[in-house]
Amino acid sequence: MNAVFYAAAALALLTTALAITRSNPVHALLYFVLSLLFMAVIFFTLGAPFGAALEVIVYAGAIMVLFLFVTMMLALDKLSLRRERDWIAKPIWMVPIILVVLLAAELARPLLSLHAGLQAAFHIVTPQAVGIKLFTGDLAAVELASMLLLAGLVAAFHLGRRQ
Amino acid sequence: MSIAWPVPAALALGLFLLGLLGLLTRRNLVFVLMSIEIMLNAAGLLFITAGMRWGNPDGQIMLIFVFNLAGAELALGLVLLLRLRNRLTTLDGDAADLLRDTA
Repeated sequence: MNAVFYAAAALALLTTALAITRSNPVHALLYFVLSLLFMAVIFFTLGAPFGAALEVIVYAGAIMVLFLFVTMMLALDKLSLRRERDWIAKPIWMVPIILVVLLAAELARPLLSLHAGLQAAFHIVTPQAVGIKLFTGDLAAVELASMLLLAGLVAAFHLGRRQ
Repeated sequence: MSIAWPVPAALALGLFLLGLLGLLTRRNLVFVLMSIEIMLNAAGLLFITAGMRWGNPDGQIMLIFVFNLAGAELALGLVLLLRLRNRLTTLDGDAADLLRDTA
């Protein structure tokens, strides 16, 4: 199980790095879907089977497929692909990489300074426990989430109308 | 089965920083939206890690809300993307710098 976790973690990092460096958006999105599937494996090895199932069904299966279809509807031609390649020419990456490395150094310090006695007992949280907690203790949050979705639906309908 | 919780937390940090790098670097709005999704997903991984550390269902509950947020955000982002494409015929985020009607 440990080997599965480390393999999935390495592949998730690799596919995400590939996703943000592609010039073709469809290729990038497919790499990102792959990274989401590895993320589902990671969730499963961390004892969250329900989260893993949601990651595949909702995120990779519904949200990213919508993203992919809209990107295909944009009908990108050769010219836009060439322009994209110019936009991600090497010098552009310099300053963001420096900033991100600085941020990584600052955020990784507390993680590294933890001593290695922190191996908690491993728990598997079942879907049943999640459902009971979600629909009893967190009912207000469920209502707020439904309002957010309704607002998103109304706004998408309004903005998407033909003029 | 003995993964210390700082390891997945560090992985979440790495994925978040990759998303941030993409957000800072890319000009194409498709990639900007995708980078935001990467960062949201990294936050979800951190919630799952915390849920594993304390054996608590709250981690997965927060993951459900993160997905909820990502879905609503992406739907609106894609509609705005399509409208920008129709109006300016480009996906360059820098092209949309006039906060007024050009007509």
